Amino acid sequence: MRIRVRYFASVKEWIGAKEETLELPEGTTVEGLRRRVLAAHRRLENLDQVLVAVNGSFADLRRVVVEGDEVALFPPVSGG
Amino acid sequence: MIRVTRNDFSVDDVITRMRSRSVGGIVSFIGVVRGESKGKAVEHIEIEVYEEMAVKQLEVIRREAIERFRVEEVAIVHRYGSLKASENILLVAVASAHRAEAFDACRYVVDEIKRRVPIWKKEVTPEGEWWVESEGLE
Repeated sequence: MRIRVRYFASVKEWIGAKEETLELPEGTTVEGLRRRVLAAHRRLENLDQVLVAVNGSFADLRRVVVEGDEVALFPPVSGG
Repeated sequence: MIRVTRNDFSVDDVITRMRSRSVGGIVSFIGVVRGESKGKAVEHIEIEVYEEMAVKQLEVIRREAIERFRVEEVAIVHRYGSLKASENILLVAVASAHRAEAFDACRYVVDEIKRRVPIWKKEVTPEGEWWVESEGLE
C-alpha cells in the first residue's frame, strides 16, 4: 500500500523534503513506519523526539496505518 | 472562533464579537515576538504550522476549555510566517460570566497550545538560526 507522509520543521530539514509517498506492507504500524523513515535518514538520531500524527491527531504507536491515511512526522511543538 | 493565519489580528475586532448579555468579563492573552533569546538579538522568527492538524487541535482545546471551565466563548488566533520583534503571534480571548473561570480557561488554552498544537518557531539571529525547543510544562 502507498502512504503519504508529510514532514515538518526540523524533521523536514533533516529529510530534505516536505513529503514522501512510501510503499509499505499491509499491517504496518505507526511505529513501523516511523522506524522505516528514521532508518532511511541517518541524521534523524533522536527517535523519541520525532512525533507522529495520523489524519491530524497524535497517533498511538501500535495503530495500523491503512491506505489513504495521511501520516505526519515532526519534532516536539513550540508554538504559542 | 479559531483562526490560523499569516495576517495580523485586531484584538478589538475579536473581543467585540464576544460580548453578549451573559458575559461579565473577557480575559485575553497576547503572545508577541521577543527581540532577544538567550542573550542574542532575534532579527525575526519563522513560524511553521501543520495547518490542517493545528486547526483541528485548536478546536479540540477550545471545546475542552468551554466545557471544563463553563465559559461562554473562546477565541484563538495563531499566526505563522515571518514575524519581527514585538509583532503579534497569538491571541487567546475567553469570555465568561465571571472572571475566575475566564482567567483559568485562558491559562489552560495557552498551556495546551504549547503542549499539543503542531506549530514550530525558528529564531533567526546574526549568529545563525535555530528551531526553538519545546518549552514543556513540567
